[in-house]
Amino acid sequence: MKSNRALSRDRALKAYRNMLRIRMVEEAIAEHYSEQEMRCPVHLSVGQEAAAVGVCLALTDADRAYSTHRCHSHYLAKGGPLKPMLAEIYGKVDGCLGGRGGSMHLTSPEHGMMLSVPIVGSSIPLAVGSALADTLDGRDSVSVAFFGDAAVEEGIWHESANFASLRKLPVLFVCENNLYSVYTPLAERQPNRPLTQLAESHGMATAHADGNDLDAVLSVSSEAVARARRGDGPSFLLLDTYRWREHCGPNYDNNIGYRTPEEFESWRALDPIPRYRRALESSGALSAKAAERIASEIAAEIAEAFAFAKASPLPDASAAASTIYA
Amino acid sequence: MTALRTISMADAIREGLTEAAKRDPSVIFFAEGVADPAAVYGTLKGIGSVIGHERMIEMPVAEAGLCGVAIGAALSGKRPVISFHRVEFALLAMEQIVNNAAKTTYISGGRHHVPIVLRLVVGRGWGQGPEHSQSLETMFSYFPGLKVVMPTYPADTKGMVVAAVEDDNPVILIEHRWCHYVQGHVPEGYYREAIDGPRTIRQGKDITIVATSYMVLEAMRAATALAELGVDAEVIDLRVLRPLALAPILASVRRTGRLLTVDTGFKTLGIGAEVVAETTAKCFAALKAAPQRLGLPDHPLPSSRGLIRGLYPDSIRIMRTISEMLKLPAEREAQAEAELAAQRGSLPIDVPDPFFKGPF
Repeated sequence: MKSNRALSRDRALKAYRNMLRIRMVEEAIAEHYSEQEMRCPVHLSVGQEAAAVGVCLALTDADRAYSTHRCHSHYLAKGGPLKPMLAEIYGKVDGCLGGRGGSMHLTSPEHGMMLSVPIVGSSIPLAVGSALADTLDGRDSVSVAFFGDAAVEEGIWHESANFASLRKLPVLFVCENNLYSVYTPLAERQPNRPLTQLAESHGMATAHADGNDLDAVLSVSSEAVARARRGDGPSFLLLDTYRWREHCGPNYDNNIGYRTPEEFESWRALDPIPRYRRALESSGALSAKAAERIASEIAAEIAEAFAFAKASPLPDASAAASTIYA
Repeated sequence: MTALRTISMADAIREGLTEAAKRDPSVIFFAEGVADPAAVYGTLKGIGSVIGHERMIEMPVAEAGLCGVAIGAALSGKRPVISFHRVEFALLAMEQIVNNAAKTTYISGGRHHVPIVLRLVVGRGWGQGPEHSQSLETMFSYFPGLKVVMPTYPADTKGMVVAAVEDDNPVILIEHRWCHYVQGHVPEGYYREAIDGPRTIRQGKDITIVATSYMVLEAMRAATALAELGVDAEVIDLRVLRPLALAPILASVRRTGRLLTVDTGFKTLGIGAEVVAETTAKCFAALKAAPQRLGLPDHPLPSSRGLIRGLYPDSIRIMRTISEMLKLPAEREAQAEAELAAQRGSLPIDVPDPFFKGPF
């Protein structure tokens, strides 16, 4: 495994901060959700932070990312600002979409966070289209499609993979396998074969990594990005991870019968954030005091962003009929 | 100064696409068989030689995926034109059209645009049958965020094709296969016509006929026959189904007091239903007779030329319906019907009527 030494200290600290920030934002959303002021569905990314941060650390602002209903981690990892994100979830005028989209559509084109689409598989071809445009226009940008293990059950994933591979487009297909589609485990939905085989059958490079290991994710992502920029075509990255909380909503639901508390605990032991922190501490890149400071800085930012989102006014109803057309 | 010459609608489409693509290097084309010998009924023929073959993108048989790819390219600065040989194939791409094409401008607060043209061809005749001859314009017209154009005449078509490609919004262009053969005077070179609503193609004072696509031709033929009976029909080519600009129709009905709509698709829940509902609500006091609608019956469209007898609205049905609305003498109407039937003669019912080739 690549060690933290492969990363500059600044970059490693950024990775740690980004993961912790996503975790703390999600936990804060979960905490405030019962106030019933965030009146939209939320699909939290708790437990899956390393996948988003590891991939996005390999990207630049000029690279484009497309996400799903579970988009908070991707939005933040790609550089989307926190205040407009929370204001969007609160349905406020200062939201990144002015309240049009809610939690499932987080978008920040300025940071290459192009679009989040909650219909499973729907945003995958958009990344391929971006990559086609970049290729035709001679740009060396890379496009990323984030999706879950259920998306490879969709025909549109195969259609997108076929075309991207055919034309050797600079795409990263990033599959975060969190083992469940809502309550249904992977084994009840797909035969027992490696998910990477699906991509191999489309003739593209694949990599399988521990999605809770930041360095491992960054390593396979960096290789895939380099491959894409060289013009050697798309890659499929399979990242094993786990969704800690319920599919939709702020709670834990290990008690309702579709998965066991033991399974959850086994994954919690693989929590990507303390793992990375321990590695940083043992390499001397991060002191306990510095870690403390990072956490308190993030907490202050989150507190300010929540205050901002709550204080922001609701949009005027007349705005519902604006920007339907360009 | 552009010269007028006579070409078909299919050629007008090709010219419009070519001119738009020549002016804007971001225009790219997707189709299954984009550069094959048939070139989507000839409508894409030779474009690659003019603009560069790299801009003609062969589309795997993957309508949903490639529609999404085209939308993604549109989000990244391209102006894709994606052609489907039949509207039914676009049904596979419906999720992309309804969500990502229609809503991305909206959910991005106007920061993203989706300048894409989707060409959908409606089939008819020669036994096309239940899944190759549906006229599904209503489905696509249902969604705010899309523009839906359904042209009839070659000049309109060329101009609106150019406007569609240049539009920053997703535009659905619904082409009736039988309209591809229609001839007309079409300006040469670059020629743009705004996608701005209906066009009145025949003025009259007794009744307003609102029709789409091929049914406009049937309506015009009926209007000519009705003139012999002393009825002066106004014919409006709806052209743009979304955004639906009703003002010219309302103004017309306020003058004529009567309205007949003629759909190429189903009568039930057809575009005519919307036109009649809105017109009735807004012009109720001006109406002299209950508005009427013509369209396809409530069953799938069969293949056999035996089973399609009487299926499609035509000039005779249009004339008969209007005669009833105006309470014309039955004998005279029957005589006019016989004359129209004689004009068609022994022509089989599953081929286009050469009468409608024009030039118009």
